[in-house]
Amino acid sequence: MRLLLTTLIALPLATGALAQNDCANGLTLEDGKLTIATGNPAYYPWVMDDAPESKQGFEAAVAYAVANEMGFSDDQVVWVRSSFDEAIQPGAKNFDFNLQQYSITPERDEIVDFSVPYYSAAMAVLTRAPVVEGGAEATIDSLKGLIWGADANTTAVPMLGEVIAPEKDPLLYGDNTDVVEAMKANQIDAALFDLPTALYLSAVVLDDGVILGQFPAERSESPDSFGLLFEEGNPLKSCVDTALNALKADGRLAAIEAEWLSETTGVPVIE
Amino acid sequence: MALTRRQAYEARVKRRSTTIAAGSTLAVIVATLILVPLAPGWPAVKKSFFNAEVFADTFPGLLNAFLLDVAIFAWSAPLIFVLGLLVALARDVRAPAAYPLRLFAIVYTDIFRGVPVILVIYLVGFGIPGLGLPRPWNSPYIWGTVALVLTYAAYVAEVFRTGIESIHQSQRAAAASLGLSEADTMRYVILPQAIRKVVPANMNLFIALQKDVALLSFIGPVEIFRQAGVYKSLMANFTPYVGAALIFLAITIPATRYADYLLAKQRRARS
Repeated sequence: MRLLLTTLIALPLATGALAQNDCANGLTLEDGKLTIATGNPAYYPWVMDDAPESKQGFEAAVAYAVANEMGFSDDQVVWVRSSFDEAIQPGAKNFDFNLQQYSITPERDEIVDFSVPYYSAAMAVLTRAPVVEGGAEATIDSLKGLIWGADANTTAVPMLGEVIAPEKDPLLYGDNTDVVEAMKANQIDAALFDLPTALYLSAVVLDDGVILGQFPAERSESPDSFGLLFEEGNPLKSCVDTALNALKADGRLAAIEAEWLSETTGVPVIE
Repeated sequence: MALTRRQAYEARVKRRSTTIAAGSTLAVIVATLILVPLAPGWPAVKKSFFNAEVFADTFPGLLNAFLLDVAIFAWSAPLIFVLGLLVALARDVRAPAAYPLRLFAIVYTDIFRGVPVILVIYLVGFGIPGLGLPRPWNSPYIWGTVALVLTYAAYVAEVFRTGIESIHQSQRAAAASLGLSEADTMRYVILPQAIRKVVPANMNLFIALQKDVALLSFIGPVEIFRQAGVYKSLMANFTPYVGAALIFLAITIPATRYADYLLAKQRRARS
């Protein structure tokens, strides 16, 4: 009797779970829910207004598209927040996957798992009008002479050293806000960001922000590709990869990119 | 010479305590070495925090970045000593007309001991250069140092004050009866004793300063903490922090032992 009762109760739950793609079945933290983490705060244009639930912004839209492709309805998506350090520390995670512009690098890949890339970011040079008036140009030679800053947690740091190799040691900061603050205080001339972030900072945060130019993703030796981050060995990865590849194949990912990151075309390329 | 019964007994007791102390220490170490690796997450923790390969790759870079910490410490410490002493003297001014000076010293120590160092560093490091100072006067090195000096001088001033107040009032009276001016009393009678008395307490503060120098990284300078953060972020591995901690320990442990030695010496001299 008891067994029958349990089965009866479990049946609708089981069918509920079956509504998802089989690949995600039983692999998520919580059955029937997909827990996604993003930054705290999450920045424009990746997530609009720091509210991923609104589906507004490139990464929020990608997250929902992936979730839908995996068979989760919008209501089944749960958002949590995490810092970079939380995401890479060893041990169990409180998310199924984490997206906050994680560049895929071989070293990081040893500690955590990444999905196939969902975006290839160009790197852009953010500076201010007075610096440009002072004669800064979009050439490597001119860039070498500037005082540089960057967010210490990003792949902009090695790129600075390899591609630009500034004459003075760059100054590094903990987050975007601090880099911008240093720029306002005229302590640095220019900073290297991924292009969408640079566009946002120059348009919204800085009064006299200028994008001097970009290093296209395909030009750099190790293009900066963003991937969804998983706990090392998370079996959900293959399921998410399948979903992402499907989104890529039929152009839906490109459509999302066009919707949220369209301004990135038209920024001059640095020779 | 044969031992007395009492001496033999005491030697036996001592031998026994030493054996027990050695045995229990050994047991704790062995238990740690055996038990910790048994924890299910140990391989992941080991890979993230105690990764020999990452350690070897990053240690030279960390050591190099540590030179900046040493430099900042080296130029901050004398400034802190001087400013701290001045504030302590201002607090000891006894002329009624100079009361504003005394009030200033009280307010100063209250504020700078009460506000977190990192806040002072942000405020002074970004805020003052943001007022529009020209280069190189807006350098984060300068204003970061100012922030450290302001904060630590408040602590050091309090330490000096306790030193000054610990010199008995009768010494001032004696100096006055010898015809010394108040300034000369302070210079030749009070301070030489007071400063010597608080050397151990100040040593403690300077050990703390040694570590807080790392907070300057928040406003740009790439010292060891920031450099470790860059490595951490690129390799998704916390081992560089462990490396940085070892470098700090290599400096602070001898310094602490030296402070202990000074304290013990002082205690012996007093008794």
